[in-house]
Amino acid sequence: MNYISKNIFFVLAILASFLLFSCNNDDDTDSLTPDIEEGEVGRMRFEFDNIAGNRNLQLNTGTYQTASGEEFNVTTFDYYLSNFVFIDKDGNEYAVPQDESYKLVRESDRESQFFGFDNVPAGDYTAVRFVVGVDSLRNTKDISERTGALDPANGMYWSWNSGYIFVKLEGNSPAAPENQNGEHIFRYHIGGFGGFDSPTINNVKTVEIPLTETAVVRKNNAPLLHFTVDVLKLFEAPNPFLISENPTVMFAPFSVKIAENYVRMFAFDHLH
Amino acid sequence: MKYFLLTKNTNFQSLIVLLFLSFLFISCNSHEPTEPPLEIRFEPPAHFPEVAYDLNTNPITTEGFLLGKALFFEGDLSRDGTISCGSCHIPTSAFTHHGHDVSHGIDDRLGRRNATPIMNLAWHRSFFWDGGVHHLDLTSLVPIEDEREMDEDFARVLEKLAQNNDYPRRFERAFGSPEINTVSVLKALSQFMIIAVSANSPYDKYARGEALLSDLELQGLKIYEEKCASCHSGTLFTDLSFRNNGLFPKPRPDKGRYEITLNPDDEFKFKVPSLRNLRFTAPYMHDGRFRTLDEVYDHYESQVQDMPTLDPLLRSENNKLGIRLSSKERTALTAFLETLNDADFVTNPLFQE
Ligand code: HEC
Ligand code: HEC
Repeated sequence: MNYISKNIFFVLAILASFLLFSCNNDDDTDSLTPDIEEGEVGRMRFEFDNIAGNRNLQLNTGTYQTASGEEFNVTTFDYYLSNFVFIDKDGNEYAVPQDESYKLVRESDRESQFFGFDNVPAGDYTAVRFVVGVDSLRNTKDISERTGALDPANGMYWSWNSGYIFVKLEGNSPAAPENQNGEHIFRYHIGGFGGFDSPTINNVKTVEIPLTETAVVRKNNAPLLHFTVDVLKLFEAPNPFLISENPTVMFAPFSVKIAENYVRMFAFDHLH
Repeated sequence: MKYFLLTKNTNFQSLIVLLFLSFLFISCNSHEPTEPPLEIRFEPPAHFPEVAYDLNTNPITTEGFLLGKALFFEGDLSRDGTISCGSCHIPTSAFTHHGHDVSHGIDDRLGRRNATPIMNLAWHRSFFWDGGVHHLDLTSLVPIEDEREMDEDFARVLEKLAQNNDYPRRFERAFGSPEINTVSVLKALSQFMIIAVSANSPYDKYARGEALLSDLELQGLKIYEEKCASCHSGTLFTDLSFRNNGLFPKPRPDKGRYEITLNPDDEFKFKVPSLRNLRFTAPYMHDGRFRTLDEVYDHYESQVQDMPTLDPLLRSENNKLGIRLSSKERTALTAFLETLNDADFVTNPLFQE
């Protein structure tokens, strides 16, 4: 390419970008990616919105149906998320400082479904990665480094087999066998960080979710990423199962199958 | 390590708990209640291995120990206020549930395992018969939340303690803040358990060159070294590993270590218990199935079960199972095991409720 055609190309490119801007100026911040100042940081916000298929999840009162046609309601739905990493359009990664990254989301506690991280480098983020659960190392740390969301008093901890419960789903289903109180309860307490000194079940799972809209983080722009978390997916692919056959799963080999399912619960919905 | 302040020529004291308590002083001033000037320090016995517990994460103080002791004997750690740690871990029984094969908890519910002694736990790297807990600080959560033991939510325990007139003040003195949280409760209980060191038995005095053993006891020591020390090894009298010593599995068997690792190679393996203080800790084994040492010897001699995970040490070359123990050997062995009973430990006023 000679000098002139290079220049023409350059001018064309600028023209094209003006055109693009003018076509999109009804759209807000999305493509209008303001310049980034040196060292600029901002806030990334999240909402984890629990759903069941195309319906909002309602504890106790909502009745849902699995793909295999089993009816159920949900009395508890709690899970840990941690080790958040934001990936920008060029593939640069920003990891939230680990100590701040542990979040316990509970369906019974609306506030827990909204959180944010400050001091995120300004950037145009196109994907998010996080651990569903609590990484192995943190499971083995001194108790003084496991406060807040990680406090074992939060009811998401197996005391007899030291380790966090990553995902807890409990409810009633006519498909579950009757217990001595005449109830039909199912309980999934899924955890397992791989064992302290002898290897065992490891259900620590990382998910990476592309954002279909760019999350533009700036000093004055704190995008809110709205994720949906679909409980029905816990029963579906890649290991569909019946409540009637596995009404209670805790620390057992079958938990691995459920963990493979539940990583698919998480989906990016939209950006606020 | 910097806790090892003792040098070889120090006149050994296993656990220097300085009780500067002057009974005379108290009796002369009995109308004025005085705080006994008690000073608790943790100093590992010189003939013990390296401490496993990282004391930097929980520096032992007198106030911390006393708080831990109060919590250890606190009924409010259970759902209905009736059961404390001390209910099952009785100090005069080397902190075991003496006379119970499996422990008795709230509403008279039965557990499924024999209570282990709270003794020399600062040297352990995993806890409970199956090693399911990997840090001493995390052990207290188990009995509190177990529905057969204390059946209480830990969060409720924190609330109850915060409402108590006394505890916020005690936590303040121990940890500098009246706030009662998971960390402070667990660390205080650990302090009490760390100080529960048994290292003053006749055998310990022999090991430190302060006393002699009789000929019979020395014969027993030799038999122990030949036949038992491969598993019940060292000054802790356990190598802290998980092994299957061939107990007959009961119906609905307790699979021990397997329940933690889910590894078939771990079926029926249990943490090798210490042989210290056996006089105070009967009955024996994870389910308390034997009441006497003779029953234990009978087991090793003739009842060892052949199982895939049976410890190879209990299988001799000609594929005979178990450990031969003649009656002469038994007498000597028992005499030696008697030297491991630490009367100071079980009568120490520091540990009594
Ligand atoms: C109802 C009886 C009961 C109560 C109450 C109880 N324990 Fe225990 N404890 C046991 C039994 C039984 C075991 C052995 C269980 C096992 O290994 O599965 C045990 C084991 C332990 C161990 C493990 C020791 C080792 O050698 O690994 C520790 C530590 C312990 N208890 C501390 C406590 C503390 C602290 C409390 C109070 C918060 C307490 N216990 C309350 C019955 C009890
Ligand atoms: C192969 C390893 C091994 C050898 C060798 C061995 N033991 Fe044991 N011992 C164990 C294990 C493992 C247990 C716990 C078993 C259980 O409860 O399931 C145990 C338990 C005991 C107990 C019960 C202690 C308590 O607090 O409940 C006594 C007593 C005992 N052994 C004595 C002996 C004597 C004496 C010898 C030598 C003659 C011996 N053992 C040899 C592994 C061994």
